[in-house]
Parts: sequence; C-alpha cells; structure tokens
Amino acid sequence: MTLSLEELQQIARIEKDRREGFQHRIKICVAAGCLSCQSATLKEAMEKEVSRRGMENWVDVKGVGCLGLCTAGPLVFVEPDGILYQGVKVSDAGPIIESLGAEPIDALHCSTDLPFFARQHKVVLENCGRIDPERIEDYIAEGGYYALYQALRNMTPREVIQEITRGGLRGRGGAGYPTGLKWTTVAKAVNATKYVICNADEGDPGAFMDRSVLESDPHRVLEGMAIAAYAVGAAQGFIYVRAEYPLAVKRLRTAIAHAERLGVLGNGIFNTRFRFDVRVRLGAGAFVCGEETALMASIEGRLGKPRPRPPYPAEYGLWGCPTLINNVETFANVAPIIRNGGAWFAGIGTETSKGTKVFALAGRVNHTGLIEVPMGTMLRDIVFEIGGGIPRGGRFKAVQTGGPSGGCIPEQYLDMPVDYESLAEAGSIMGSGGMIIMDESSCMVDVAKFFMEFCMSESCGKCVPCRVGTTQLYHLLCKITSGAAQPSDLDKIEELCDLVKNTALCGLGQTAPNPVMSTLHYFRDEYTAHIEDKVCPAKACKMQPAKEVV
Amino acid sequence: MTAADAFSRKKSNTEARSVRILTFKIDDRDVSAREDETILAVARQNNIYIPTLCHLDGLSERGACRLCIVEIKGSPKLVPACVTRGREGIEVITNSERIADYRRKILELIFTERNHVCSVCVSNGHCELQQLAVNLGMTHVHYDYLYPRLAIDASHERFSLDHDRCVLCLRCVRVCDEIEGAHTWDVMKRGINSRVITDLNQPWGSSSTCTGCGKCVQVCPTGALSEKGKSVAEMVKRRQFLPYLQLMRGVDRE
Repeated sequence: MTLSLEELQQIARIEKDRREGFQHRIKICVAAGCLSCQSATLKEAMEKEVSRRGMENWVDVKGVGCLGLCTAGPLVFVEPDGILYQGVKVSDAGPIIESLGAEPIDALHCSTDLPFFARQHKVVLENCGRIDPERIEDYIAEGGYYALYQALRNMTPREVIQEITRGGLRGRGGAGYPTGLKWTTVAKAVNATKYVICNADEGDPGAFMDRSVLESDPHRVLEGMAIAAYAVGAAQGFIYVRAEYPLAVKRLRTAIAHAERLGVLGNGIFNTRFRFDVRVRLGAGAFVCGEETALMASIEGRLGKPRPRPPYPAEYGLWGCPTLINNVETFANVAPIIRNGGAWFAGIGTETSKGTKVFALAGRVNHTGLIEVPMGTMLRDIVFEIGGGIPRGGRFKAVQTGGPSGGCIPEQYLDMPVDYESLAEAGSIMGSGGMIIMDESSCMVDVAKFFMEFCMSESCGKCVPCRVGTTQLYHLLCKITSGAAQPSDLDKIEELCDLVKNTALCGLGQTAPNPVMSTLHYFRDEYTAHIEDKVCPAKACKMQPAKEVV
Repeated sequence: MTAADAFSRKKSNTEARSVRILTFKIDDRDVSAREDETILAVARQNNIYIPTLCHLDGLSERGACRLCIVEIKGSPKLVPACVTRGREGIEVITNSERIADYRRKILELIFTERNHVCSVCVSNGHCELQQLAVNLGMTHVHYDYLYPRLAIDASHERFSLDHDRCVLCLRCVRVCDEIEGAHTWDVMKRGINSRVITDLNQPWGSSSTCTGCGKCVQVCPTGALSEKGKSVAEMVKRRQFLPYLQLMRGVDRE
C-alpha cells in the first residue's frame, strides 16, 4: 500500500479536526521519568474522572512524551490554556478537571515563563510533550513524514545530501563528524547492498537524550533514517537500542508497525521505487557496543568487540557492506532540515557548530531534566538560568560533560560557549549530551574514580592498554581515595593516562583517561591533598589514617 | 569471518587482478609493497624488527596487543602495523623513543595482569612474552601486580590450560576456528575478567567439539597452553605446520 500526498494531508487534517473538537486537552507525560512516579496510574485516574463526569466529548486525555522538567514529575499540561502542573498526584485528577476553564490550581501550578522553558530552542524535541508517541496520526498532524515526501518526490539523493551539508549538521553521538560528509562517503561507495544504522545504545551515566527522543517521538527518527537511506542508497535499516530501554523499544516497534501499515516504510514509499525496512536490534547491556564497529559486530551476532579502523563502516560495515551509522539525535535533526532547508538550520548555533543540542541535566542542579539549546549557549546560562542554579545555596564546582569519555569543566570556564571546539579546548568533549553538575560536596578524585571504574568494567578486554591500563588506573585512584597513595603514584597515573589514550584500540579506551586527566589538570590540589595530607577536601572519601611504616 | 580477515584475504591467483605497487619508507629505508600488504609484512620482508604478540602468520589479524604500534611521520596517531596498509610516500617510524617507551609499558601491563612466574613455567626459555621483555629491554615492572586467583584446567588427557600465563592473544581461538574448523575455543566475560574457554565454559576434557589436534597448544605464545608431562622449561612449541597453515589460507609465503 502506498500513500499519496493528499492522503497524508488528509490524515493530518482529520487529526487536527479531532483535536479542535475538544474544548480541553490534558496531556500527561508518559516518558520514563514521569512513568516512574506513577503517571500511568494518573492517566487512568484522569480518564476515569472524565468519563465519570461524562465529559469524554469535550475533554481529551492523552499520554505524551517528555515535557522536560523531569525533576518535578509527573507533569501535566493543559491546553489550550497552557497551564503546566507539576508533581501531580492521583488524588489531584478530580480537582484539575474541575478547574478546567477556570482558575488554575495554585499549589500545583508551574510557571512556563521559567528560564527553563523560555531559554530553550526546540528542534529535535519540538514534538516532545506535544504528541502521543504511540499514534502516527499525531506525528503527521505536526507535519510528520512531509520531509520524507519532499525528499523522495522532489529531490535527488545528491540534493538531499547537499541540503544536510548546507545545514552544517555534525554527528550528535559525540565526535561531531560532519554528517553530510559521512553521507557522501556512503553514497559514493559502490555496492548493491548498503545499510543504515541508528545508534541508540546510549550508555553514558547520566545521559537520557536518545531515550527521551525515542520514547517521545519515535517517528522522527524513522523519518530521518528513511531520508538518509534514500540519500545513500540503502534499503535496510537497523536501530540498535539497549535492552535497558524497554519503553523506547516498545514505542519504536509500535511506530515501525504503524509506519509500515500506512506505507511510509516498506516497498514503493510515496509511489516511488524507493524501499526501506527498519528492524530493531537489542543490545545486551555492553557500553562498548555504542562504538560503531562493536555495534555492527553485535548486530551480526558476533561478540560485541571493536575492530581496528580503517576500513571505516562507510566502506566496510555491516556484513562487509557500506554502512551509514548515525546517532538518534542526528537522525532526529534530518526531517526539520529537509522541511525548512539547510540555510535555516545553519542560522542556528555558532560558526562551526550548527543547530541545537539536547542536554540531559543531572546532578546538583535545581531543574534536572531534558533541555535543548542552540549551540554556543553559555555554560553559565545552562547551569544557572535554565538549570536554576545549585540547590540549597551550594557553590558550583564543575560540570562533567561527555560521560566517561568526557571531562570535568571547572568554574573558570562557565562563560564558555558550549560547542564542539570550546569543549574540546577545555579538555572535555560534547559527547552525546550528558551534563552532570557538581557542587562543593563532590570530590573530584572520587568522580574520576567512578568513571574509571565504569570504563574498567565496560572495557571489552580486547586490547591490552584498555583492559589492563584502566584496571591499573582504577587501583591507583582507589589508593588515593583511601589515603594509601604515595606521590609517585600520581606520576604513574599520568603515564598510564598518556599510554591508554595513545595506544588503545577504540574510542572507549582512547577517551577513558579523559575524566582523570581533566580533573588532574584543574583540581590537582585535591589529588595532592589526598596523597600528602591524607585529607579529602570535599569530605567525600573515607580516608584511612596513615599507617606507620616499620 | 572477521572484518580484518576479509580485509587481508587475497583473491585466488588465477583471477586476473591488477595490484598497485607502492613505495614508501620504513625507518628511512625505501621499501616497495603491494597495496594490500600491511606495514608489518613489508617490514618483515626487509628485516626490520617490529615486536608482535597477538599476530601470527597464517591467522587473521586482531590488532589487539598494541605492541606493533608504529608512527607515521606527520600524524600524531599511532597505528598498529599488523592491520595498517602502507600508503604511497609515507614515512613509517618503527622504533622512536616514544614508541619504545609505550611498548615497554604495554608489556609491563601484560606482566602485571596475570601471574607470569617464569621460574616455574613450562615455557621458561621458550616463551614469546619472555623474549619480548628481553628484546624491548623491559628490566622491571613498576606497576602493581594484580595477582588474580586463577584456576588450571587439566581435564584434557594430553593438554593443560593455565590461565595464569594467558595473555589473551586469542591465537588459540583463531587457529581452532580458522584452521581446524572446530571453534572449541572462545572468550567469555569482558575487560579484566576475560577468560579463554572451551565450548560453553566446560572443562576442556569434556569438550565435545575438541578434536585434540593440539594446534592451540603449539601456537600459544606462552605457557598458558602446554602438553602434559612437560616440566619447567621443557615445553617447546612446534610451529612446523605454520607454513602449511599459510598455504591453506592462501597467503603467500614471502
């Protein structure tokens, strides 16, 4: 079955009419964060309340994706009045419905004028918290799959790639490789079979950007993948999701089934000869499977271990075929670029980093949650304006970006614009977008130890520097935090960091020393306090009293 | 078939195919190479020593031990010689001070990982790891030994496996899979907890896939796999069959 433009527009029109038919629309966040505080029960209670009052025909209760302010869940948004309620309990269902059309309930009301909402610029998350992720009609009503129609019917593959290149989109998985260039490379590869892979193996501690996109707006990723497949000449796609995201997997599968039924995936999409199928593959919990060559090995059914590159996946990828592999957020940016043009996208952000970036704010910050800001936003604005500052009057100490591959950025860099280059200059990386904010109560040696322990246990064990080097580093850091270290241990740490960084096989190993190196660079005095004075300045480490040497 | 495997595999000689010949420099010496030859292969042809551990002629490449890292002038990145092909005009440096230092440290890390006690090892004096330490001038280990508690599998009637000496080069896994075709060996767990296993981590002696050919024992660089009945320093590995392995795999002998 194929879909025509008229049919697509008709679906959108019917859906919009349906929405207009309701006087009030109650949107309840059913993404993972709010679900964990019983938003599913809340939704049921709300539905029951509505039917008990016989208001089904003019009050619409629907589950939507992430509303962003995860710290204050469960969140409920009432349209068309634009009222956001936070921390809603099941018992609040009745009062909220009673208040519809009248004054909002003050106790639950959360102002949407907060900088948390006002300072954001939503491209990737434009539908998050607005549409029901389990209904394709909702996505189409927001202009969904129109970009795919545009690409397939009115553009050549080369024009699609040119548009992406013009937009200046860079890979959102961490390294920031120019997406247009990657697509060109795969498009130029000569082979009958090519693949497109979406990397949704988000494993950084404290990161949940990809998860939220998949849980809130899965069709956006499918549409991006389909456009990419058309541009590079692939007919088969895989989404590699970690099994720890069961909700994302469920919604993706639902989305794929709906898309296939409607004909926006499958054979002859929009009456063209273009064919594209998507399969979901589950990861079994190995962080290293986010590395592209390990990910492909895992899809092929082999051990999820990286192999040396070159050959790069663009030339020799899945089952030896040229393969395009991009991150969830990268694909989520594709449809808006095609819809609005590359020039529009290039107008957002900085000279070298275009567009917006989604960050997961976590740690010691008042408003934890999911935000999207233009590239180049000052770090200070993210932490103090959008994040609302440090709770309980604490003092900002550092922000950790990029997960176990990133570094800690201290206070003096607060007025730095957040883009790929600046972060790299400060000794960290953009990474996939996790931002963990730390105050005075965090010991930087302990933070470094935490990430090193993570890298040690997630090392695949293939190459020696990563397998043994991270273990040695972890042991040395343990010695420091327990007060058993000597000054020479610090030299060993620096030596080992340099060794692992320069000789490890894959990105995991090469970047594993980053948290240690950056904390050592900016907070060396904390390390020396542990070693020489046997004190933890943040009082986070349990130091053993110094033993007498006999 | 692994990626690197297909990458290095040559098509049969009967198939007419033009192969480009490159010239570049290794340690200031001009060398010529086919475009599908690795830097390691070319260096060996020219008697330039590059230390290796996981590499073995005739088996697929893993690029995992990182001892064969070399520098390419003008690039800050170090590349493993065993999986990197030459390119026209590059200058490869195989033994700068920086590389020698890294190699020694990597070797030290290998020694700290398991219990490599040469004086009581069956392979003492015939061990590739020991020889590497001599060649690279590794006189002592300045990292802490990890001293893991590991078991010995002596359930096989002719061979035994001692994890204390294993360096996880996975030659045994590759030779069993690629040459013998049994795929008895594999590796379980990850990171520092990786172990080579037979079948699904069953005792070697009870393995239903093991053919008892002993290739794994002969290719093992250390005393991790040895023949029973051999005492300290008595285990000499016989690699006479290796040229045949190469023929079987269609790799030219140089």
